[in-house]
Amino acid sequence: MPSPAVPITPALPAEWRDFLALTKPRVMTLVVFTALCGLLAAPTHINPILGFTAILCTAVGAGASGALNMWYEADLDAHMKRTRNRPLPAGRMDRQSALHFGVALAVGSVLLMGLAVNLLAAAILAGSILFYVLIYTVWLKRRTPQNIVIGGAAGAFPPLIGWAAATGRVEALPVLLFLLIFLWTPPHFWALSLFVRTDYAAAGVPMLPVVAGIQATRRQVLIYTLPMAAAAVAPWPLGLTGAIYGATASLLTAWFAILAARVAVSRETDQALMKPERALFKFSILYLFVLFGALVIDRLILA
Amino acid sequence: MTPQFDDEYRRRQRARARVTGWILGGLVVLFFAIAIARMMH
Repeated sequence: MPSPAVPITPALPAEWRDFLALTKPRVMTLVVFTALCGLLAAPTHINPILGFTAILCTAVGAGASGALNMWYEADLDAHMKRTRNRPLPAGRMDRQSALHFGVALAVGSVLLMGLAVNLLAAAILAGSILFYVLIYTVWLKRRTPQNIVIGGAAGAFPPLIGWAAATGRVEALPVLLFLLIFLWTPPHFWALSLFVRTDYAAAGVPMLPVVAGIQATRRQVLIYTLPMAAAAVAPWPLGLTGAIYGATASLLTAWFAILAARVAVSRETDQALMKPERALFKFSILYLFVLFGALVIDRLILA
Repeated sequence: MTPQFDDEYRRRQRARARVTGWILGGLVVLFFAIAIARMMH
């Protein structure tokens, strides 16, 4: 049932910009980038038109997930400062339009991927959309503080999709890239949730800082950084990448671990003064971009 | 319904129709390019 804070039928039709906002364009940039890196790092050549189509379908699929997430969470979004200006809680769009838009994008992207690229990439894309919408948004997010851990898998699919689009197979390197994003998500999101925890508490979302407390979350940030570091560096000793990726991954991961350690030892409780958490959150985004960029450069030079 | 409301309603409809047209046009070009690429594949 829609929350009373969410108007059922706005007087004016939604603007096209509101439909665009439903697709979470900023999240989509990371999805497009990691999918493109997966595609470019693959050891085969793909026709540029089909490569473009694969990336487009991945981006549209991610947009569909975002739209369906906003459709389902309109009531939650209305209670959070960060999200209350989204098209649904702000009353600029009716929920049914968001649902139809999300379903149309999801079905269209999977169909086009299957018909134009290959069935494996389409199946992984469909799995990632269903995982994000059903497992993360509907099932886990409101029920467990571990929501981010399992939900992180949804965001980890793009490099796997890019690789599968290029090769038609799933191999060790894309699985490691999947693991890297999967394990990167908890420290990334928990760093954010530490300095916006009052927002999550107000919305009733059981994020770790709300349920387990600030210090327990800080420890978890450091704990999850360790397997993430292993997944980040592993492709080099396993011979899947060269020294360019290896050196970049080692240096950046060491800095990530230092920032995570600073978060772990911090005792600050005032959200406005949580500098280590903000620093880790900002660096974590840069970290993923640079790491995947280094991977592509490394693989292109190796090839 | 005021004239301003009606104008805004029409403006939004026109803007959405224009964007939809561009997207459909883009898809036509993309499908044509995909067909050529698949034939060459």
